[in-house]
Amino acid sequence: MTDGKKKTKNSVTEKPKKSKKGIMLRLSRYVLKQKHLFIPAIIMTLLSNQLSLMGPKYSGAALDAIELSTGVDFPVVTENVLKMILCYALSAVLSYILSVIMVHLSQKITYNMRKELFEKLGTLKVNYFDTHHTGDIISHLSYDIDTINATLSHDLVQVMTSIYTVIGSLFFMWQISKPMILIFVFTVPVSILFTRYRSKKVRPLFTARSKKYGELNGFAEEMLSGARSIEAYGRQDVISDRFNDKNEEAMNAYYNAEYNAALLFPTINLINNVSITLVAVFGGILYMNSVSGTVAAGSMLFITLGGVAQFVQYSRKFAGPINEFSNILHEFQSAFSAAGRVFAVLDEEPEKPDSYDATELKEVHGDVLLQDITFGYIPEKPILKNVTINAEKGKTIAIVGPTGAGKTTIINLLMRFYDPDKGEIRLDGIPAIKIKRNDLRLSFTMVLQDTWLFHGTVYDNIAYGSADATPEEVRKAAESARILSFIESLPDGFDTVLSDDGVNISKGQKQLITIARAFLSKSPMLILDEATSNVDSRTEILIGEAMNELMKDRTCFVIAHRLSTIQNADTILVVRDGKISEQGNHEELLKKGGFYSTLYNSQFT
Amino acid sequence: MKRILIYLKPYRLRMFIGFLIKVTGTMAELVLPYILTHILENIIIKGNWKEIVFYGVLMLIFSIIACLGNITANRMAAKVTTNFSKAMRKELFTKTLYLSSTDADIFTIPSLESRITTDTYNVHNFVGMMQRMGVRAPILLIGGISLTLIMDRALALVMIATLPVIFLTVYGISRKGVPLYTDVQKSQDSMVRVAREDVQGIRVIKALSKGEHENRRYDLVNKELSRKERKAGIIMGIVNPVMTLLMNLGIAAVVGVAALRVSKGLSSPATVIAFMQYFTLISMAMMSLSRMFVMYTKCAASAKRIAEVIETEEKYTVSDDKEAKDDSFISFNKVSFSYFGKKDNISELSFSLKEGERLGIIGATGSGKSTIIKLLLRFYDITYGEIRIKGRNITSYTREELTSLMGVALQNDFIYADTIYENIRFGRDISDKDIEKATKTAQAYDFITSFEDGFSHKLSSKGTNISGGQRQRILISRAVAGSPEILILDDSSSALDYKTDSLLRNALDSDMSSAVVITVAQRVSSVKNCDLIIVLDDGKVIGKGRHEELLENCPQYLEISRSQMGGAFVD
Repeated sequence: MTDGKKKTKNSVTEKPKKSKKGIMLRLSRYVLKQKHLFIPAIIMTLLSNQLSLMGPKYSGAALDAIELSTGVDFPVVTENVLKMILCYALSAVLSYILSVIMVHLSQKITYNMRKELFEKLGTLKVNYFDTHHTGDIISHLSYDIDTINATLSHDLVQVMTSIYTVIGSLFFMWQISKPMILIFVFTVPVSILFTRYRSKKVRPLFTARSKKYGELNGFAEEMLSGARSIEAYGRQDVISDRFNDKNEEAMNAYYNAEYNAALLFPTINLINNVSITLVAVFGGILYMNSVSGTVAAGSMLFITLGGVAQFVQYSRKFAGPINEFSNILHEFQSAFSAAGRVFAVLDEEPEKPDSYDATELKEVHGDVLLQDITFGYIPEKPILKNVTINAEKGKTIAIVGPTGAGKTTIINLLMRFYDPDKGEIRLDGIPAIKIKRNDLRLSFTMVLQDTWLFHGTVYDNIAYGSADATPEEVRKAAESARILSFIESLPDGFDTVLSDDGVNISKGQKQLITIARAFLSKSPMLILDEATSNVDSRTEILIGEAMNELMKDRTCFVIAHRLSTIQNADTILVVRDGKISEQGNHEELLKKGGFYSTLYNSQFT
Repeated sequence: MKRILIYLKPYRLRMFIGFLIKVTGTMAELVLPYILTHILENIIIKGNWKEIVFYGVLMLIFSIIACLGNITANRMAAKVTTNFSKAMRKELFTKTLYLSSTDADIFTIPSLESRITTDTYNVHNFVGMMQRMGVRAPILLIGGISLTLIMDRALALVMIATLPVIFLTVYGISRKGVPLYTDVQKSQDSMVRVAREDVQGIRVIKALSKGEHENRRYDLVNKELSRKERKAGIIMGIVNPVMTLLMNLGIAAVVGVAALRVSKGLSSPATVIAFMQYFTLISMAMMSLSRMFVMYTKCAASAKRIAEVIETEEKYTVSDDKEAKDDSFISFNKVSFSYFGKKDNISELSFSLKEGERLGIIGATGSGKSTIIKLLLRFYDITYGEIRIKGRNITSYTREELTSLMGVALQNDFIYADTIYENIRFGRDISDKDIEKATKTAQAYDFITSFEDGFSHKLSSKGTNISGGQRQRILISRAVAGSPEILILDDSSSALDYKTDSLLRNALDSDMSSAVVITVAQRVSSVKNCDLIIVLDDGKVIGKGRHEELLENCPQYLEISRSQMGGAFVD
């Protein structure tokens, strides 16, 4: 990050400033949208601070009334004490109302932001999800928005309060004694400069500390996930030693950060105490002269005892925000960069909307043609080169080949998760890009190798995608997928909630649930991507029949590990290095004696 | 908590010195308002500005003592905390690795993880804070109260009266806040879960055009999270205004009572000024004290979770039954075992193997194949029967003896972020040459050398930057590299294509001819050349013999075998 900063500073000096300003403006639009909360919040802040600033004034007045050499002026004391109580009580009430308003305000904003961001994610190209880590995407929704939230709900009020307090305190102190303000001309800059200087020095140490902690925790988690292997190889001691090296590093980083940070707070305290001392000494001298009459009342140098007391109180009030200054600045910076990341996602290019003349699919026959397709995730590195596949209605096309050959890519193109660089896909003769995207996708049913289930009941997981399915149909689908008896053996049957920590279901069973999902669909085309790879052989035999039923009358695209599942395909395509190297049915390919037959025969050697 | 505080013992002296320094620093800080009052009350009257300056300098000196004392003490505390955490975390981690499988199952891996990470962090934080605030707050409190009592007893009592209220308010609300924030955390987790599910399932969602539905689903958790956060915020928002109010009401009361006392000549206005300052100091101390109580509950819970692991008894015992009673290399004699003591997961299993023999174990998922391996590794102790290795009862082997015999490639085994060399070496004393030799046996040499940096190629955690088949071959290399007498391959060639798989079998036969090789597989072709094949179903042996024999007399085996005619196309 620091590198990036340096670079931009040297080369494009204007840009970061501009974008920062842009982020600020954009963020403030979110706040301004909540005018009905934001404006009362500002008013509350001002009022509550004004009231709490007036407190010391009345306590000073009361003190002066006590101090009168003529004796205590009780009515004045009582009046001022009552005023004090009133001010503080009102200020407390207002500041609580303020915090409630701010909670509402910040929650409204974060709720809207999360909603907006999540809905945006749904419109993005699949490419975005293929090129970004899941963890990173999630952290925009959680960590980044939380950071913005913290700044909005807490720092915003604090900044307003701080500014008001500093100005207010200065104003009151000015009224009490102008010369004594001079003290702060020295101490305030010292305090600000010192905090800024130290923070700059200490912050990287804390970053290093978090990083080391992260590494330590990462190491611990990684090693624990391999606990059984470590045990099997008797490597506990070696791994413990490595852990301790990391432990040592993390703890040293911690110590380093703490050691340096330990300087900050006591030093700031010292500066404050120096201020108070100076106030006491100068206030004392001024008061002495005022009492003795050397300085006349009304003179700039005149001060009462109450005045000194007030001054002490105000200078304490005044010191707080000044000390916090550097922290808040830092928090605002991290909120801006978090907002920058969120806005970057919001500005991502979505999937192109359907063109205005896009065809609605009503009745799909099921002829699929891929003509002369060239495609690469990076255009310079094509994964498919001039591939042509013709799948007529009801035919099964099996695609085999080594990993990375582009098998899954064909599916990505069929579903329009990506569009080809060259060539065209046609469905019933209509170019795929001229068909409404949702209609096109709904005309396919997919069963993928990575089973996808969500936290919800078994029933909902099966019926996902077929909202209008009846319970009988869901049951029948489960039966066809040979998973019914398992579901019924679960504690709550179809109502069992699937979760990470809940019922233990195996990969194979998860796969069967997604197959059951496919049984509910009535679409004319079917895609099976390693659909039975997690199912053990015996179960695979059992569902084989059901699979045949599922594939009947549909145009099928099958990718599979096991030759047994593709032997019966109408056409087998061997994809190697982005090209279709062999094409034909099982017997034809065996006769050919190419790659397919080598692989097939290796099982018998 | 007690168990954990043991780690502080070595630093008692250091902590005591730190404590003294801290006390000195804090006392110096407490004296400041006292001097201030003294200046205003007694010195000013004398009209001697030199004396005022003298006391000013005195204040300055005390301020500096306070500053230096606090810095030194905090640094010493950081050192103690550092050493304390290091020792605690070290013992916890080592202990965790040595936990028996049964205990690890009970704790569960995620829970053990959070004990090592989150819980040690909580305890660490508390120990650090205790030394910093835990000393400062009580001293400010006690010192402040004593000084005010000396200055004016009646006024001090007014002030003291508000303290319990402050404590109870902050403590009570914060305590209430803890479950609220737990709730927030839970909602946050659900929010993240839905988001994660959707990011991972984006293809399915797009394929089924469920975008709207997912937006609604997310909206529910989003709303819930907002609601919980609002609730927590609204309750926790009470603390600050109430605190400030109580403090200021206290000050107002002090002023009021002071007026009465001054009029009777019992007190002075300057005292009131001192009181205002002490009051601020004391109520701040009260606030941090009550916060510490809240943190203590959190820390105590964490400390308990850590102690639970550390105090778990070592279950691995070595018996004296060292006599060899059997001439086979490995023998299982009517072995039964159950994970939870209810249903047998392995029942009455018997077989024996001679040196250099091959055993294959086949069966459906959950039939107990891997359990046999775990028993042989003594991850669990059997409930009935006997396991002998080289004729000796398995319980007579020490951990080291047992593991040095074995090379194991487990199902879903472990690859960590390091080079290929290190992943195969796995912390053992094995030369690069032997590693390279092992990779040739495991059919991994070619793909490893195809990397630009060869064996120094960095693998990512869980080996996500290589394919499944490559992962398995690295794991097999690891198992082979130690030249074990017993080589165990637990479903560890399932992602290999038939050709590579058969090359692997041949290489194992020639390079590991004297070792006993145990292969657990779903694929018949992986085991069909074994000297003995065991077919398992639900923990029971339903077939035992050579491939040809089983084809004839074990219908399930025949069925599996038939279904697998036609092989696999994997890389």
